[in-house]
Amino acid sequence: MNISLVAEQLGSIFGFPITNSLIVAWCAMAVLVVFSLAATRNMQMVPTGVQNIFESVVDGLLGVFENVFGNRKTAEQFFPLVATIFFFVLFVNWAEVLPGVGSIGIREVHEGKQLLVPLLRSTSADLNFTLALAIISVLMVQIVGVGSIGFVKYIGKFLNFSSPLNFFVGLLELVSEVAKLISFSFRLFGNIFAGEVLLTVMYVLVPYFVPLPFLAMELFVGLIQAFVFALLTVVFTKMAMTEH
Amino acid sequence: MDEKLELIKASAAWAQYLGPALAMGLGAIGPGIGIGILVGKALEAIGRNPEAAGKIQTLMILGIAFTEAIAIYALVIALLVKFV
Repeated sequence: MNISLVAEQLGSIFGFPITNSLIVAWCAMAVLVVFSLAATRNMQMVPTGVQNIFESVVDGLLGVFENVFGNRKTAEQFFPLVATIFFFVLFVNWAEVLPGVGSIGIREVHEGKQLLVPLLRSTSADLNFTLALAIISVLMVQIVGVGSIGFVKYIGKFLNFSSPLNFFVGLLELVSEVAKLISFSFRLFGNIFAGEVLLTVMYVLVPYFVPLPFLAMELFVGLIQAFVFALLTVVFTKMAMTEH
Repeated sequence: MDEKLELIKASAAWAQYLGPALAMGLGAIGPGIGIGILVGKALEAIGRNPEAAGKIQTLMILGIAFTEAIAIYALVIALLVKFV
């Protein structure tokens, strides 16, 4: 049973390391592109088939964001980035449930011990990916905050010199912005990596029928974590756009 | 430094199993109680006002994500101690 906190490197292209989580990311990208092309080919006013599925999902997501923002126009402004985060994270989260992910690999010898290096591993079980997404989200929140209420007012939320108590609260807000980076990345990483470890242990203990409820739970957890990442980005954006 | 670590590991080998177990176990108490209270209040609110069920559900999921993240921090520490 091989459990590795770090995504294993399989090779390199011109010095750039290729890990097994990167391969799953490429596959998810390919699937998303194919779905999008299938949904937007021959678009009709009354949707059918793939276009119908996509329109209902997009409409549902827009409705949730509209609830947070208050008006549809702002929700449509931020929809491309946040919906991309949602769909991409959803597909890589669901990749950990696929048969072959984490189990099909190459036997290698590391430090005298024989290990199995998996060829495929869920991208969000790689801390690099979740940290990158967290940086993108938090950076977008800061830029939106500065862009909508102005630099002076936005900094005034964190460096508030009106009273000692407000100054302390402002410092806490600053710390909480950094904590958002850590919390975003570790929430997604912890959930999906723990799911992969759980599934690996279940497959080793009882390979037949018993892992089924755990697979169902991992599908549910993957959906919830993708939704929570997108929703939290939207909520923090809304909070950054409002004055104190 | 490495020999000291080997000595410690040889004399108290049980500690390296107890550490991650305690980290995860104790770290799950708080969020468990927290999520229980949260969902209980959300269900109460839906019972009193069934029309607002959609909004309450969305906010409940948000709150659960925050509290569950605390348990995930404990899990990451447990995994770090066990595998690194």
